[in-house]
Amino acid sequence: MSLLEVRDLHTSFFTDAGEVPAVNGVSFTLERGKVLGIVGESGSGKSVTAYSIMQILADTGKIVGGSIKLDGQELVGAGEKVMRTVRGNKISIIFQDPMTSLNPTYTVGHQLIEAIRLHTNRDQKQAYERAVEMLRLVNVNDPEKRMKQYPHEHSGGMRQRVMIAMALACEPDILIADEPTTALDVTIQAQILELMQSLQKELGMAIIMITHDLGVVAQLCDEIIVMYAGGICEQGTADEIFYNPRHEYTKGLMRSIPSVDNDGEKLQPITGTPIDLLNLPAGCPFAPRCDSAMKICIREKCASVRINDDHAAACWVNVKDGFNEAYDPDGTDNGEEV
Amino acid sequence: MAEQEKTPLVDIRHLKKYFNISTGMFSSKPLKAVDDVSFTIKKGETLGLVGESGCGKTTVGRTILQLYKPTGGEIIYDGKPVRTAKDLAAFRTKATMVFQDPYSSLNPRMTVADIIAEPLDVHNLCKTKEERRERVLQLMDYVGLNSEHASRYAHEFSGGQRQRIGIARSLAVNPEFIVCDEPVSALDVSIQAQVINMFDELQDKLGLTYLFIAHDLLVVRHISDRIAVMYLGKMVELAEARDIYDHPLHPYSKSLISSVPVPDPKVARANQRIVLKGDIPSPLNAPSGCPFRTRCQYATDACAQSMPEFKEVKPGHFVACHRTEEIN
Ligand SMILES: Nc1ncnc2c1ncn2[C@@H]1O[C@H](COP(=O)(O)OP(=O)(O)OP(=O)(O)O)[C@@H](O)[C@H]1O
Ligand SMILES: Nc1ncnc2c1ncn2[C@@H]1O[C@H](COP(=O)(O)OP(=O)(O)O)[C@@H](O)[C@H]1O
Ligand code: SF4
Ligand SMILES: [Mg+2]
Ligand SMILES: [Mg+2]
Repeated sequence: MSLLEVRDLHTSFFTDAGEVPAVNGVSFTLERGKVLGIVGESGSGKSVTAYSIMQILADTGKIVGGSIKLDGQELVGAGEKVMRTVRGNKISIIFQDPMTSLNPTYTVGHQLIEAIRLHTNRDQKQAYERAVEMLRLVNVNDPEKRMKQYPHEHSGGMRQRVMIAMALACEPDILIADEPTTALDVTIQAQILELMQSLQKELGMAIIMITHDLGVVAQLCDEIIVMYAGGICEQGTADEIFYNPRHEYTKGLMRSIPSVDNDGEKLQPITGTPIDLLNLPAGCPFAPRCDSAMKICIREKCASVRINDDHAAACWVNVKDGFNEAYDPDGTDNGEEV
Repeated sequence: MAEQEKTPLVDIRHLKKYFNISTGMFSSKPLKAVDDVSFTIKKGETLGLVGESGCGKTTVGRTILQLYKPTGGEIIYDGKPVRTAKDLAAFRTKATMVFQDPYSSLNPRMTVADIIAEPLDVHNLCKTKEERRERVLQLMDYVGLNSEHASRYAHEFSGGQRQRIGIARSLAVNPEFIVCDEPVSALDVSIQAQVINMFDELQDKLGLTYLFIAHDLLVVRHISDRIAVMYLGKMVELAEARDIYDHPLHPYSKSLISSVPVPDPKVARANQRIVLKGDIPSPLNAPSGCPFRTRCQYATDACAQSMPEFKEVKPGHFVACHRTEEIN
């Protein structure tokens, strides 16, 4: 049994302008101790996928279909009581801007101790010791002094480390990191990424790393999901996604980033404008921007097909090239025709 | 060509910008946002300016254009110092700025045409309504905006399109030199590439000279001929883009460049990152001597004593470090 199994997840927001299908049909599996990266442009549904797993959506948002199983236990429809034991204990999340999740009016120590006491049955003194230990673990110098300080007295990098300490205090099985370093400078980002990598190895937890930075996923992730318009266009091992991209969007993304390889050449941008979820096209959501689009791409959405053991993509070009085995994230019943 | 080598278009000498920060009811302290920075930019060249947030990049750009009054130093444009109000007025028709945030830098109540034409109106550059309209359409064409967009409002556009509007506006005065302050940082990668290419094409077409400020080193490396690295208000290294990226000499640049996440898993896994200890000091309490010494693994007593000189150690390669020879 996998640690986390997400099947055909659908999440919508019900707004004045209509139903916004922010996540439509996301399926993936996360194994213990693995690092999974989710990439995609702004608005592609990365955060909403994460918030659906945690069930911390805005009031207008709702999971409208699918299944999320943690250690075999169904979470969709499980109710707030169950979710409260999941959040913080089994799955923790850290956000892009640690200031929004730290309370400016309490000391860092107070907030850490609160979080630890909420999720474990440690008393005040034990929780204090655990908090100091966690701060030390995330390389905060002089943790006793830092405990007495307020969040604004800490730099951005320091606050993000406090957030990581808080998220890890209860030894979750899964850490979801939603753009944890986007607001940080590269040298500070390097510190935080190195920290996450070493903690992941030490504690053996799984990480879901959400980012738009392909460099960050290349450095950190075992597996990668590429999202577009609320769906997964491609998923596979990091090497497969980078060296053998099979969806036209992923290919475009790789061509559009400056790298040592395209030095001195023109970048090849993806043309057109990002998708409007309120007006999703009938076929492949990327078709309006795709240079390789065929007639079928405009008519019909492509299901995810298996490229090899480590790779699946939802792009008609592969079907044309003879890949037509439906992708099954469990890998149990192979051979189904599309 | 040889002539241009001799007189750079932009020649910045010992530029300083201090802000007075009040530290109590009757006391204040100078914040040295830019402290003795010198560099030149040739005509048609792109100089990239990188460094961590708060190191003074924006302040350099704004002080060159004298949106901030310089605390010291000299700005020499096309061989002539910009000193008097008259010099400045002339300079402002040749040099402009593109801002980072395409969301907040445009007035939401103005149409695209009026936003782009505003500098034309301010400097009285068009004699007739017709001329103004033609010029606006030409500018929109330069940046790849559809003429139908002219009467729409900025808030109706995506980030990439808004950045194009901002750039069209900057081009209105027919500038020779543009300070681009993080012009693609707020954009998604796929849109970023469109805007970067546009900067390239405009440079070829109009012979523009750029000071290109950004914190994304891969973007800066792609677009720049030379790159300057700043740390805490000081310039620590300056060289050809490839030279600095492949062989950084200053300890800070070494760490900065090794920290860039490379979008290639095999390279990224093999990469030996030089992870710095500690945080950037506050510019209000900058260390004595070399500003980097509190995080530098090579620092010695001498580094605390005096600020290293910004020296040319190889042709065209400048470094400010006491120990350049020993550590490289
Ligand atoms: N509270 C909300 N109400 C209505 N729509 C929402 C809400 N939150 C998100 N959405 C919509 O859902 C879609 C997916 O948003 P999401 O936040 O998951 O994007 P993302 O991939 O995380 O993007 P980014 O890289 O910008 O963080 C977007 O179209 C967004 O506008
Ligand atoms: N108008 C201002 N008043 C006071 N301090 C300022 C002002 N503008 C910038 N600073 C300070 O000057 C330093 C350099 O800032 P800035 O040039 O914006 O850095 P960067 O663009 O490299 O992020 C920072 O410490 C910043 O807080
Ligand atoms: S001058 Fe000293 S402290 Fe500064 S970078 Fe060089 S070795 Fe490091
Ligand atoms: Mg998000
Ligand atoms: Mg700035």
